[in-house]
Amino acid sequence: MSALRLEGVSKHFGAIHALSDVSLSVEPGEVIGLMGDNGAGKSTLVKVIAGNFAPSSGEIFISGSKAEFHRPLDAQRAGIEVVYQDLAICDNLSAAANVFLGRELTKQLGPLRILDYAQMRMKAGELFARLKSETRPRDLVRRMSGGQRQAVAIARALLSDAKIILMDEPTAAISVRQVAEVLNLIRYLSDHGIAVVLVSHRMPDVFQVADKIAVLRRGRLVAHKKSGDSSPEEITGLITGAIEFA
Amino acid sequence: MSTANSLADVIDQSEHRGLRSRLISHQTFWVFMAAILACLALSVLTDTFATERNLFNVSRNFAFVGIIALGMTAVIASGGIDLSVGSTVVLSSMTVAVLMSAGMPFWIGVPAALAVAILVGVVNGVLIAYAGMPSFVVTLGMLSVARSLAMVLSNNKMIYQFGPDHALLLALGGGSTMGLPNPLIALVVLAAITGFLFRWTRWGQHLFAMGGNENAAKLTGIPVRQLKVSVYVFSALTAGITGVLEVGWLGGVTTNLGQGMELSVIAAAVIGGANLAGGIGTAFGALVGALLIEVIRNSLILLGISTFWQGAFVGSFIVIAVAFDRFRSIRQSG
Repeated sequence: MSALRLEGVSKHFGAIHALSDVSLSVEPGEVIGLMGDNGAGKSTLVKVIAGNFAPSSGEIFISGSKAEFHRPLDAQRAGIEVVYQDLAICDNLSAAANVFLGRELTKQLGPLRILDYAQMRMKAGELFARLKSETRPRDLVRRMSGGQRQAVAIARALLSDAKIILMDEPTAAISVRQVAEVLNLIRYLSDHGIAVVLVSHRMPDVFQVADKIAVLRRGRLVAHKKSGDSSPEEITGLITGAIEFA
Repeated sequence: MSTANSLADVIDQSEHRGLRSRLISHQTFWVFMAAILACLALSVLTDTFATERNLFNVSRNFAFVGIIALGMTAVIASGGIDLSVGSTVVLSSMTVAVLMSAGMPFWIGVPAALAVAILVGVVNGVLIAYAGMPSFVVTLGMLSVARSLAMVLSNNKMIYQFGPDHALLLALGGGSTMGLPNPLIALVVLAAITGFLFRWTRWGQHLFAMGGNENAAKLTGIPVRQLKVSVYVFSALTAGITGVLEVGWLGGVTTNLGQGMELSVIAAAVIGGANLAGGIGTAFGALVGALLIEVIRNSLILLGISTFWQGAFVGSFIVIAVAFDRFRSIRQSG
């Protein structure tokens, strides 16, 4: 059963058709590279899946059952987590605090409920160890590398037992070594049965980790195929429109 | 297991070694040293500073600025500013004064004054959080409105008769317990509470998260709007408490009470390490910042320097503290 299935999803903003009739499915443990030029509809599609926008028409199925998201929290409850491009983490807090932000662990102290730092650090440490990241729970995010920040954002997603993780340009602004780190994180997610939708401009990254590649052009899905059956040249052609459909 | 242990040990050690260097690199530490040094210098240079009477006065003044600096630190750490605190002080004072001079008992006057302060905070917070207006503008408007309301309330007259519970009100703000002025005790208690809230509660955690990256806080599901309202209410409440205490200390209220106080308070918070860009600040820092400001202010008087210079000092302090911060962040990123 597909972790995520879209059927005929369209999204209009007035007369602008941001998405037209997109049908797509992602299996558990599958990494799908979502590509397209600026304005092709990638981020609109991500926002529809994440519950930021309701689709104008079409349906979304999560693990086979129909889902209706009115706000991001609904999508989160259904097991969808988004790792945003700017990562949505607070530089002034520690890694552990970021992982647990908004769902802090507490313990009882007399009549008061106080934060359970020890527990949060331990759990965050376990998540980082699982992700094979060198991130230390106590360190401030401000002092971290791009790869470590990604690990923090992904640990957040893991904490909630996400079934589907949407990643928006995770490798856009980081060094080559860190890109390798992030790609390893994505492989880890996929090995653990999590479906990953990877939005990226970077062809080599997508070809390294994605099982399938989906290409959007002007709001339409023009390709959805195994990355092994395609080539960067073909995808470039699909993105620009030199190749009509594949 | 043993490798895991040793790794944890190494991390632990490096963190312990870092503690001393962290302390020394901390702004609060240096401000604290400066305040202590200033106290020592004044004790030597003047024979009036270290007298009981002067210290009693200094500690009380310090308490008033310090209490509000706690609230201001919360606001600044959340990424905002509250310019209305000085006016909230006078409105709270005037509320308790008017009610009690009309014959109301203490236990009606004081809660009413605090309720009025909370109301000011709610109005500030709602306009900032729900109408999305800049905190600078909203609280600047409130600065004018609240003081004006205090004038309307009192008909701009001085009030120094507080009805049947007159003595009680004066004892609250002007008296002392076990040799310590009551406002100072209030400051210590409130600082401990604030420090606890910042460090150990979800409220504190969310407040600093919001100040660090409001968008991230929103995306993680933190109720950013309610949180903002609560922060301005907290700030207004500290001003309200100060207002009630200050009536007792002064023994009378005029409508120029707390005028320009927001500047000292913001200076205290910023000198104490609160970052105007948001996300950083401590309760202890607010205390230390208020202490330094008050000691400097007192020293100007004792050293016979015209009080006209006070504004220049306080204003320069804010700018210098922010300049230090800029300098540090430039060095860090460079």
